[in-house]
Amino acid sequence: MSQLVVRFLLGGTLVSLFALLGDLLRPKGFAGLFAAAPSVALTTLALTTFTQGAAWASVEARSMIAGEVAFACYAVGCVYFLGVRHLRATPTSLVMLTLWGAVAFGLYWAVLR
Amino acid sequence: MVIKLNFGALKQTQWHEYVVRFLLGGLVTAITGWLAEKFGPVFGGLFLAFPAIFPASATLLEKHERERKLKAGITFTVRGRLAAALDARGAVIGSMGAMVFAFVLVKLLGKVNVWLSLVLATAAWLAISAGLWYVRKHHPWARPSDC
Repeated sequence: MSQLVVRFLLGGTLVSLFALLGDLLRPKGFAGLFAAAPSVALTTLALTTFTQGAAWASVEARSMIAGEVAFACYAVGCVYFLGVRHLRATPTSLVMLTLWGAVAFGLYWAVLR
Repeated sequence: MVIKLNFGALKQTQWHEYVVRFLLGGLVTAITGWLAEKFGPVFGGLFLAFPAIFPASATLLEKHERERKLKAGITFTVRGRLAAALDARGAVIGSMGAMVFAFVLVKLLGKVNVWLSLVLATAAWLAISAGLWYVRKHHPWARPSDC
């Protein structure tokens, strides 16, 4: 339980810091890089290495590559629906999470399992 | 084009928007840890790349841009959605950098000190992402709105 609290606090802090950098940086296209910053990964992998060992963390990092492929597909979908179809940001970015899930779980089933 | 910090942007963001980001980030990190414990590192690792913060950031970008246009008397605009699309375009490049981040960690974790591994992987993420952004910006097909 206490480990979950530590993860929550550290993860929240790091995600907020990267998001703040994204707010401050200009031009906006460069700041967008920070929308895909590995903030959750940094916290999780650092804590996991100490609690479960480096081998466990390394396996998580390997799966993360597949997750990032899914993230890239998610972001390309958002570029299309926001930039070309001009749909609203909130529903678009939330509905597109299903695309992330489809690609991530598809890769898990086909490659990682 | 020079990369700079615009501290004026802080005035646009309200305190509760920072709280939402903190809660979302913390929640996703905690859930990712729990998933890895429950279902193993192969499944849990996928969620290290979950788009935790993007929906909140895109929503805020659209809102701020719309409010700025409203102040100027423009009631209908797609500028906010285009700003969010530009953020998403940056995220595509950032995710490619994050693939390299994960690859570096696969190679280094267990072989060198964990902190050094994380620092090198983060440096690789930034270098690859910034490099790809620079190449794209200077591509002959790049439009000014792409930057």
